[in-house]
Amino acid sequence: MTTSESRRGPRVGLLVTCLVDVYRPDVGFAAVRLLEQAGCTVVVPTRQTCCGQPAHNSGDNITAAELARAVITAFEPYDYLVAPSGSCVGSVHKYPDLFPHSAEWQSRARHLADRSFELFRFLTDVLGAGDSVQARFPGRVTYHDSCSGLRQLGVKAQPRELLRRVEGLELVEMEDAEVCCGFGGTFCVKYPEISGRMVADKAKAAEATGADALLGGDLGCLLNMAGRLKAAGSAVRVYHTAEVLAGMADGPGIGDAEAD
Amino acid sequence: MESHSHEFVQRAGAALHNPTLQSALARAKDGFVLKRFNAVSALAEFDALRDRAVEIKNHTLEHLDHYLERYEAAVQRNGGQVHWAADAEEARNIVRDICREARARSVIKGKSMVGEEVGVNEALEADGLEVVETDLGEYIIQLAEEPPSHIIAPAIHKTREEISELFHRFHAKYGYKKKLTEVSDLVNEARQVLRQKYLSADVGITGANFLVAENGCNIIVTNEGNGDLTSTLPRVQIVTAGIEKVVPNMEDTTTLLRLLGRSATGQDITSYTSLFSGPRRPADPDGPEAYHVVLIDNGRSAMLGDEFREMLRCIRCGACINHCPVYGAIGGHAYGWVYPGPMGSVLTPLTLGLREAKDLPNACTLNGRCQEVCPVRIPLPDLLRNLRHRQFQARLGTARTRWGLAAWGWLVRRPAAYRLVTRVQARMLAAFGGRRGYLTRVPLAGNWMAGGRVLPAPQGETFMSAWKRRGGRGHE
Ligand code: SF4
Repeated sequence: MTTSESRRGPRVGLLVTCLVDVYRPDVGFAAVRLLEQAGCTVVVPTRQTCCGQPAHNSGDNITAAELARAVITAFEPYDYLVAPSGSCVGSVHKYPDLFPHSAEWQSRARHLADRSFELFRFLTDVLGAGDSVQARFPGRVTYHDSCSGLRQLGVKAQPRELLRRVEGLELVEMEDAEVCCGFGGTFCVKYPEISGRMVADKAKAAEATGADALLGGDLGCLLNMAGRLKAAGSAVRVYHTAEVLAGMADGPGIGDAEAD
Repeated sequence: MESHSHEFVQRAGAALHNPTLQSALARAKDGFVLKRFNAVSALAEFDALRDRAVEIKNHTLEHLDHYLERYEAAVQRNGGQVHWAADAEEARNIVRDICREARARSVIKGKSMVGEEVGVNEALEADGLEVVETDLGEYIIQLAEEPPSHIIAPAIHKTREEISELFHRFHAKYGYKKKLTEVSDLVNEARQVLRQKYLSADVGITGANFLVAENGCNIIVTNEGNGDLTSTLPRVQIVTAGIEKVVPNMEDTTTLLRLLGRSATGQDITSYTSLFSGPRRPADPDGPEAYHVVLIDNGRSAMLGDEFREMLRCIRCGACINHCPVYGAIGGHAYGWVYPGPMGSVLTPLTLGLREAKDLPNACTLNGRCQEVCPVRIPLPDLLRNLRHRQFQARLGTARTRWGLAAWGWLVRRPAAYRLVTRVQARMLAAFGGRRGYLTRVPLAGNWMAGGRVLPAPQGETFMSAWKRRGGRGHE
């Protein structure tokens, strides 16, 4: 590490998450902007693919452990691992479970887990960088608390606190904001009917607030909810909270048509 | 009870399209969740009680042999008898033999989940006995010939109209010909019918919420008082209980009781908390002549020895069920056996086998709300994940899932190949989505789209390639 870099605040390795990489790169760029505004140096390790959660949640612990080793190795050089996803950070926090027989990997996993943060929690609780948010978003928004961030990592107040700094934004809470949207990784593929019913309830709750936009911190849930809202012909737009906070929510929302 | 857990998908589908069930579920869910929330918020030391409860349970499970032996000795001191059942069949046989020996013809039962688990009713009915459930909810589903759909509120899925219809049909033979519609009238009529059953029963069978090792008491909590009458009126009393129900002493029991009521129904304490310690003593004015306890293992000691031990902390409060969004969508019958929801998705495969219940551990989004409300902090999502691991090792998933997972696993371990594939995938899906922004059909998307769901289209370029193109910092 060069001295000039060390003076520029913590070095953050950004875990892009596989869904952000493929579906919504804007979320990745928004995260970079927010972290840089808060004084971090952001690096994107290029050997990252996926945190391994689909494997772990499907019982394939061998593949999950292999991916965990790859993530640990790729992110060890940085002060922090940060991801715009509670779900993937939750998965990193579970890495120590994947090495029941290796004290070395277990301790490396724990060491990384201790320095891994969901984006909004990192900005507020670790950096205290709420002030660095400079954005405008005229309209009413409602917020869905994604399960992993909420229950594994305690992400609840932080995104709301950050959203309060956005000019013109009015936050209205929806009913059952903490209830699962039915995404659940492979759950929505294995049990589409049950998942469909759960996300339909969610979409109704979001609509009922009269909000212009539905926000959240996990792209999986957002894709699920946006899909349902589109299927129902709803006008509620869907963005990742990072896009709004970074002032990058002026384009089409998730699942929206290209603007002319 | 016969298992239908292997029919999970069909049953869940039917439940989703059953409007009566859906409205019953919506009503029930809101009530339980709100009541628990209020009760828990009003008790500042709730979390401290939970920690204490976890300690009590863990300690007891670590010394389970010791406490069970103490419990047995105490029951014997009180003049009762303890029987040990290794599995469901043994449990049924023991209960049947006690009834035969007592020359019983009619049996009344308080609600007992373990009774359902081992199939007590079926065994006794096959022996020619009349068996009547005295818990109102259990009574209703007994008339309807349905299994319970919830461990606290077995008939939660039934509407008032359905109950009115059932009573009208079954109570005519007792002289009740009028069709009732008011809840209070329905309850009254059931009470009248049950009164006769109480007075004529030879044997009373109940479950137990707790078995106290220090004094041999069994404790049951109810809101109807039916447990008391079932235990004290007949000549013979039988208590059926899983071996994990034992608690060291009365003080520990009160800790668990404070958690149970609040977690289950949002009550500080249930209307009736009854303690029974054995048969009638010479000076007692009433009580049974004989007192039997059937301690049932049925897979529990196997759990004790492996990574599922924590499940034995369960005090059957049902909070995880009430807060499970999947249960809320499909109800209890979809799970196909005695125990529904998250606790059932762990218990059923462990009791009946992974093959019989292979959907249950998977039919969960791992959202963690169950763990958040569990009074004894059972890490239900982790246990479900462990079961999935076992299933994976036993190759129990569908070929399609396994193949898909293997292909994905191959790819994500090769960053360069992965980069290429995701780049092509993002482009292709974006092109499919066209100007609309979402897709209604995607090759290889599996079942995501089932039931008219749509998939938002990707933006087009992957983050990784855009980052590289823009010259962002990276490293190998
Ligand atoms: S698992 Fe926990 S919440 Fe569920 S029934 Fe058992 S004690 Fe209650």
